[in-house]
Parts: sequence; C-alpha cells; structure tokens
Amino acid sequence: MPDTIPTDSVGIVTPHTLQFDEPLELACGQTLDGYQLVYETYGELNAAHSNAVLICHALSSHHHAAGYHSIDDKTPGWWETCIGPGKPIDTNRLFVVCPNNIGGCHGSTGPTSINSATDKPWGPDFPPLRARDWVHTQAHLADALGIEQWAAVIGGSLGGMQAMRWSLEYPERLRHCVVIASALKLTAQNIAFNEIARRAIRSDPEFHDGRFLEHDTLPRKGLALARMIGHVTYLSDDMMGKKFGRELRSGDFQRGQHNAAEFQVESYLRYQGQKFSESFDANSYILITRILDYFDLAREYHDDPAEAFSNALCKFLVIAFTTDWRFAPERSREITDALVSANKDVNYAEIDAPQGHDAFLLPIDDYIRLLSAYMNRIAAEVDA
Amino acid sequence: MSDATRLDLGVIENWIGLGSRVLDLGCGDGTLLRTLISNKQIKGYGLEIDRDQIVECVAKGVNVIEQDLNRGLANFETDSFDSVVMTQALQVMHRPDQVLDEMLRVGKECIVTFPNFGNWRARLHLGLRGRMPVTKQLAYQWYDTPNIHFCTVNDFEALCGEKNITILHRQTIAEQFPDQALKDLWPNAFATTAIYHLSA
Repeated sequence: MPDTIPTDSVGIVTPHTLQFDEPLELACGQTLDGYQLVYETYGELNAAHSNAVLICHALSSHHHAAGYHSIDDKTPGWWETCIGPGKPIDTNRLFVVCPNNIGGCHGSTGPTSINSATDKPWGPDFPPLRARDWVHTQAHLADALGIEQWAAVIGGSLGGMQAMRWSLEYPERLRHCVVIASALKLTAQNIAFNEIARRAIRSDPEFHDGRFLEHDTLPRKGLALARMIGHVTYLSDDMMGKKFGRELRSGDFQRGQHNAAEFQVESYLRYQGQKFSESFDANSYILITRILDYFDLAREYHDDPAEAFSNALCKFLVIAFTTDWRFAPERSREITDALVSANKDVNYAEIDAPQGHDAFLLPIDDYIRLLSAYMNRIAAEVDA
Repeated sequence: MSDATRLDLGVIENWIGLGSRVLDLGCGDGTLLRTLISNKQIKGYGLEIDRDQIVECVAKGVNVIEQDLNRGLANFETDSFDSVVMTQALQVMHRPDQVLDEMLRVGKECIVTFPNFGNWRARLHLGLRGRMPVTKQLAYQWYDTPNIHFCTVNDFEALCGEKNITILHRQTIAEQFPDQALKDLWPNAFATTAIYHLSA
C-alpha cells in the first residue's frame, strides 16, 4: 500500500459501466442480445476529441490499467509503468480508455454473468469469441464516448492482436497502432501451452464441465495449475535463475535426513497459482485462450499478412523483447516485414531485456524511451 | 558514421527519384531519410541497430527497423525498393561483397558511399610512418575500429567489374586542399569519400 499516491500516477480511479442494448452479432454466428462493458479512463478528452487512446488488455488482465481504486490498494493498475502523467502514455496530454473485454470476468459480460434466457450464469455456454468481437465492442464504446478516431490503439500480447485487428476492421478509426510482444498468429508450441492449461482446468473434479458455479464451487486446483504453466512461459530461463536460483524456501539436502526441500520457485508458482485461482474465472480462461489460439490475422486474406495490412491506414509501432520465447521477436519481425511489404509506415525495435514475455509490463529503460518518443509524436500530431 | 559534415547526402539526393521507395541500411539518426521525405516525397525505411539512433529516428517520424545488416536482407523481397542506400557502412560489414549482392537484389538501384582508403593521407600514414592510418575521418585505432573492410576507389571498381555491376554514376568528395582540386583527376589518391550509384 502506498502511503501517498505517487505524483506520476493517475491517482484514485473509479471504473465506469456502460450497458449496450444493441444485439451484437458474433464471429461464431451467435448473437448477444446485449452486453455490459466495464472500463476506466485517465486524462481528459480534448475539445476536438482527437487525443483518445485505446488500451487493449491481454489474457488475464482487465480494465484497471493504471492508478489505484483506493488508498488501501496494495498494487496499482497492471500498466502503471507506462500510463500516467509524464509517462510514455502521458495522461496530461492523452485521454486513455481501457475496457474489460467481454468473455472476461472483471465486470464486463462474460461466463459469470447471468444468461437472461436461463436465469443462470452462462458458464461454459457463453458463446465462443474472436478478437474481432472484442474490437467491435470497443468500437461501440468509442461511439458512446464520442470518439470518432483513436489517436492510437495499443496492446501487448493478446492486446497487440486486438490492435492489429482494429487496423483492418476500422481502418479510418485509428491513426496509430502499437503492437507489443505479439504475433500474427500463435505457433503450435504456443497453442500447446494453452491446451495444457485448459486440460489442467478441465481435469479438476470441481470443474463440473464448466458448471462449477451451479455446484457452488470453483476449480481452484486446475486453474492454479493452468496459471503456473503460464507463468513459466512468461519468464525466461535466465530470469527465473536470477529471481529464484536454487534457493530453498524450507527443508534441506542434509544426508541421512528426510526434510523435504522446497525450492523458492515452487513456492512462488504455487502462490501465483493460488492467487489467480481465486480471482479469475475458469470458463473465461478457457474462452480467452481459445481466442488466442484461433487468432490468425491473415487467414481471410489468402494467408498473406501483407495483403491483410494493405487494408490498414494507420502507422505502426512494433516492439519485441529479446528473451520473450512465448511471443518471440521472430513473430514481431513477421508483422514488421508484412507491413513493409504492404508499404505501411512502421517502426520496429527489439528491446534487450532478460525478463521474457513479462518484459512488456516492466519499466525497462530502452522500452520506455522508445514508447515515449513514439507517443510524444502522436500527442504532438493530435495537438494534445 | 554520424559525421556532421555529411556532404555525401546532397549527392545521394540527386540520384533518388521523386516519390520512390527507399531502404537506408545503417540509417543512423534518420537525417538522410528525413531529408528525402521532405525534398523527394519518398517512402523510406531505415535499418539500424544502435538504440539511441533508433529512438532519434522515431522522434523524427522516420520509419526505422531494428535489424543487423550482417544477418542479411533475406526478409526483403527482390526488387521491392527503388533504391537501397548505404552510407559509410560498407567497411563495417563482415562481408561487404555479399551485402552488395543483397542490396542489388532488393533494390532496382543502389547507392553506396565509403571512405576511400587509397587517399594519399592514408597512404602517407602507412607508407612513411609505418602505422595504420588514423585520420580525421577515420579516427580509430586498428584494434578498436568498427571499420574492418577498408577498400580504395580502385578496389571497389574492381569488385563491381567482377560482379558485372553497372556503375551509373560516381562522385567523390574531398574537403581539404589539394584533395579538392585533384579528386576528379585522380580519385583513388585524392577522394576522401566515394559515392557510387549502381545497378545490377
């Protein structure tokens, strides 16, 4: 808990909720009669409504990207390093909007919401979603907020996929697209990790085919295991070595003793898993990892990403991190190469960072400098 | 490579077509591309590995892509650029000959500039003092220089001959006396910088 709110933080923030009563046609062919979006905003929308920036969140995050909900909050929003007064996404100049996506479990309509047709939680029956469905709900949110065109749509990982989809679905509605630690589509290895995570959840007897809420229980063990697997892949080998090494949390290796040793890394993973299993919905986890797996930006463009991007009108910033093996720099280079082929404006940087995929959330000097330089230009361009 | 007196940039500009697509290898802080965007309305991309330079390019609004030239240009399609430019970087490449091949594959035309090691000052340094040249333009010691493949104007033209590369234009630069007066007469001895406009 901070004694005082840091001056470079947006401070105490309150989420907003908007109900959309227009039916939403989904990529899967089903229709949501209506839905609710929870979102946060930071900074002020200027008179020309030209300084708005959309933040698209990744797998396990939500609308609370920056600031604190109360002075008692232990931690700020998930992207506090980059959003705030004087930070790369400078709330003194830009109006930042971050919604929780539908299908999630932090207030926007998702598997834990009540399905009005049955008066029960949607659970496993929540319609399967694609990234473009999120993009469409975000466009409706933009309409509601009076934002005709985003100065930038920004996202890391799965958020980057949404940002790229934006550039194709609504080319006129964004000036810049910032894609961090992302990919045009997942590799087989990446899908494999997601499937192991889903299998872990489904194998938990408390999962009840996704109807655990009706059974008044939670598949905590399965979800915790899924999160542990995720955590291993978000860090690099080096970083795990540096962070935990072979340090013991308890027990020892003394000969002739049987005092089971527990490594620090085990205890860390168990803690992360447990914490997550209390705060995230298992059906959401399955649904959102499926969105990741199915995402393939160029599928409907003859599998040619350059052809796909030829529809974009915005400029791009693509960033990767050297030790990220879940969304490797090679994936970001594919994005960049396709953009060059499509004759689009693009900047690409590969940030030297030991932290693996998690690096995109961390205050890494080169990364912050680069993002600041790019965002400063955007702010100047939209007269913010 | 971030020489403030970059006389070669003006020459290069003359060889770039209006509205063309340009790839600048080792683009530094983006000065050349910025100039070409303003004066020739080009669509330009720069490749660079120095982080500070990359940030400079981004701040200038110049497209910059982090890529090590020694890893080749395989990610760029054949004939996908009107011009591929490389200023003052040929001599730092592991294999300048292969880089040249790649430039001529990716670009319809190429522009290359390099310091002429055949300049009489360099020759004098080595010939009389018996030490590797350290000049104003080449201000490194032999052990810490990034310049690992020096060549002279004649060396370069010999390579072009071997590879059947067409030299469309050649320009030389010399700033001091008497080099300036003599560079066109005897470029191999008096040019400090050579600028070539090439096609396959």
